[in-house]
Amino acid sequence: MNTSERGMGLGLRALNRLAGSELLDRVGQRGRVERWVFQGTRRGFRAAEATSRRFSAAARLTRPVRQGHARASELFDLSLDEEQQMLREAIGAFAAEQVRPAALAADDACATPVELLAQASELGMTTLGVPEELGGVMAERSAITSVLVAEALAHGDVGIALAALAPGAVATALGLWGDALQQSTYLPAFTGESPPAAALALLEPQALFDPLKLTTRARREAGEWVLTGTKTLVPCAGRAELFVIAAAAEGLGPSLFVVESATAGVSSETEPGMGLRAAETGRLTLAGARLPASALLGEGRSEVYLECVQRARIAWCALAVGAAQAVLDYAIPYVNARVAFGEPISNRQAVAFAVADVAIELEGMRLLTYRAANRADIGASFDRESALARRLCADKGARIGSDGVQLLGGHGYVKEHPVERWYRDLRALGVMEGALLV
Amino acid sequence: MISLETPKKFRPLVSQAHQVATEVFRPISRKYDLAEHEHPKELDMLASLIDGMNAGSDMGGAGAAGVRRDRAPAGETANRNGSNLSTVLGVMELCWGDVGLLLSMPRQGLGNAAIASVANEEQLARYDGRWAAMAITEPEAGSDSAAIRTTAVLDGDEYVLNGEKIYVTAGERADLVVVWATLDRSKGRAAIKSFVVERENPGLKLERLERKLGIRASDTAAFRLEDCRVPKEDMLGSDTIDVKQGFGGAMQTFDNTRPLVAAMAVGLTRACLEETATQLERAGVVLDHGAPAHAQHAAAARLQAMQADYEAARLLTLQAAWMADNAKPNSLHASMAKAKAGRTCVEVALACVELCGSLGYSEGGLLEKWARDAKILDIFEGTQQIQLLIVARQLLGKTSADLC
Repeated sequence: MNTSERGMGLGLRALNRLAGSELLDRVGQRGRVERWVFQGTRRGFRAAEATSRRFSAAARLTRPVRQGHARASELFDLSLDEEQQMLREAIGAFAAEQVRPAALAADDACATPVELLAQASELGMTTLGVPEELGGVMAERSAITSVLVAEALAHGDVGIALAALAPGAVATALGLWGDALQQSTYLPAFTGESPPAAALALLEPQALFDPLKLTTRARREAGEWVLTGTKTLVPCAGRAELFVIAAAAEGLGPSLFVVESATAGVSSETEPGMGLRAAETGRLTLAGARLPASALLGEGRSEVYLECVQRARIAWCALAVGAAQAVLDYAIPYVNARVAFGEPISNRQAVAFAVADVAIELEGMRLLTYRAANRADIGASFDRESALARRLCADKGARIGSDGVQLLGGHGYVKEHPVERWYRDLRALGVMEGALLV
Repeated sequence: MISLETPKKFRPLVSQAHQVATEVFRPISRKYDLAEHEHPKELDMLASLIDGMNAGSDMGGAGAAGVRRDRAPAGETANRNGSNLSTVLGVMELCWGDVGLLLSMPRQGLGNAAIASVANEEQLARYDGRWAAMAITEPEAGSDSAAIRTTAVLDGDEYVLNGEKIYVTAGERADLVVVWATLDRSKGRAAIKSFVVERENPGLKLERLERKLGIRASDTAAFRLEDCRVPKEDMLGSDTIDVKQGFGGAMQTFDNTRPLVAAMAVGLTRACLEETATQLERAGVVLDHGAPAHAQHAAAARLQAMQADYEAARLLTLQAAWMADNAKPNSLHASMAKAKAGRTCVEVALACVELCGSLGYSEGGLLEKWARDAKILDIFEGTQQIQLLIVARQLLGKTSADLC
């Protein structure tokens, strides 16, 4: 069985599980999901064959298409709707059966297997932000749904989740802020066969990095933009065919640009980090890369850039919540089974209280993340909420990563158990900006 | 559909509670902090006003009486925002004003919450409109409430109570005291029952009022029960000793009252954070949520981290109350909320005093008082450590014998 057949087998198993889910019938969502699945099979399981694809607008939109946004609920509510439950169940199964078993090897190899990424995109993860008219599956944009997807996937592995979701950030950026030409040029590729690897690059190699004070510059020259600077820890930097890159634009301030990787002056090198290794992080150098005027996203409006920073923060919080939940779920059976001084170590308050604290802080992280995402969905301001969610997830997430290792003691420090990986991955919170969007 | 915003229908209640906190509580906060044990008479009129506001409304009011769990109509699966949620929202606002004064609000005692949680319909009607305090703690039994020694012996149609109770909030001023006592010490926690005792009962003797670190507006009483005779229809819950059910009935109260205490802590935390933000602004430091923490003034970064903890405590509290409204078992979440809110309010209050310097430490402002008030919220209705035990036992599947 060759790689693509094996990939097909794995993917079908995931789809089959989805199709067999009683939940689909119970909630009357079968039609919608089957359409979803149809898209997957139409696309097929192909390894990314394109290395320098030409993006062009086959049929040009006359105006940009946007997803609608949700109505604000009158009531406080923590229950998921039926579609969200179903999605979480499907992605949770994928994360447990496919992602977690692949995580150790992907971390070692600094790469996620392409068939796993194909399966992820098959499950619709990268097109949540694509308007329905352009081949997406979601009529309404839903940051909450994106959060649930990211959380469920990160429970499997954070690095693989980042690799799988990174192209979706570019599609979401185009869906939210792209003009008619940008959407017609780039979005069809994301819903078509073999969607491109793509990445949203904000972070720069600088201590005390502030996304509002970029050192990457975009200069105007003869009706074109010329980009110079360095971006760091960009997921899939070496494979990506398309980037959205943040640069301080002359006369505009921090702005986003759509950059094809084939553009002269764009180069990348691998840059593995402490964690997130499965996401093939790399450093991107822009040495006077010349872009057409049409590369500017959202007309360089400052609120677009701020929204991008804030949506990325929410997405990272979602990964932290998933990873922190993984720590808790792993630590509980361990401390119950591990015997010292004649009884399970969980009979001791020092151990039991550490577990309780993980659960308490994790639940807080989750609620802050959901609140920020929900505010984004109903069109309310979410600068404060996303900032507070990030603060909490950065502080408590790193603490939970550390406690996870501590609870396993020496066993936590070796690669036989996944907690050392979560320790490394959870420190990314507080460091990372951009790269993902909800 | 997920939404973590304050429901629209409760916004008027929140706004009213906020006005009470601003116009009634804050102006007399210092007065009753200094005049410990003096009855805050301003509250009597306010309590009548609130009773009036609650009459004819299904919102449950701003006090402890609103924690009763109505059974959802059979087959109903719709999301409910009921009196548990409205009550914690009201309590947050009132405690933004003053925790001690909230605890002194007539007819809003923790005993009322116990009655609302476990009383039968006949009892509910009989105790309606009366102020009930709660007496659990004894000199030799604090967190270990299964170890209480106060006894209740049936004699004809009355129970005869004997023992000692301390730390009874509003014990002097209330109309009723809900007393925990054991029917049979050899049967352990299953034999512990609660009894509604008239404050005027000659067998309930007030020993003293405590002098405290904070919440001085609230009286804290110590009682001796000497052959205190209580009609047997004033016992809450069933009179059988069900060893399997154990504490069940009595402890059920806590699932409903812990979110209330968490809400008190949340309100106080917000008061501290708002005052500190104002003082920092006067000192030229403004928090900018758009910039990363490390790009801020250290004081602003600290304020932001505290706001994040505050939000976590607040949302955990709303979650626990929402679960109660929707008849979901919430003892895990009630304890998580209480643990988070209790420790957050102490950490935040002490940090705010530090950040505001002498302005925080001096009696010229309220921060120093709030920092003293805060500490009780991490202690009563179950200390931080008790909450962690409850959370850990549930997560790890342990009994109280395994993990104690």
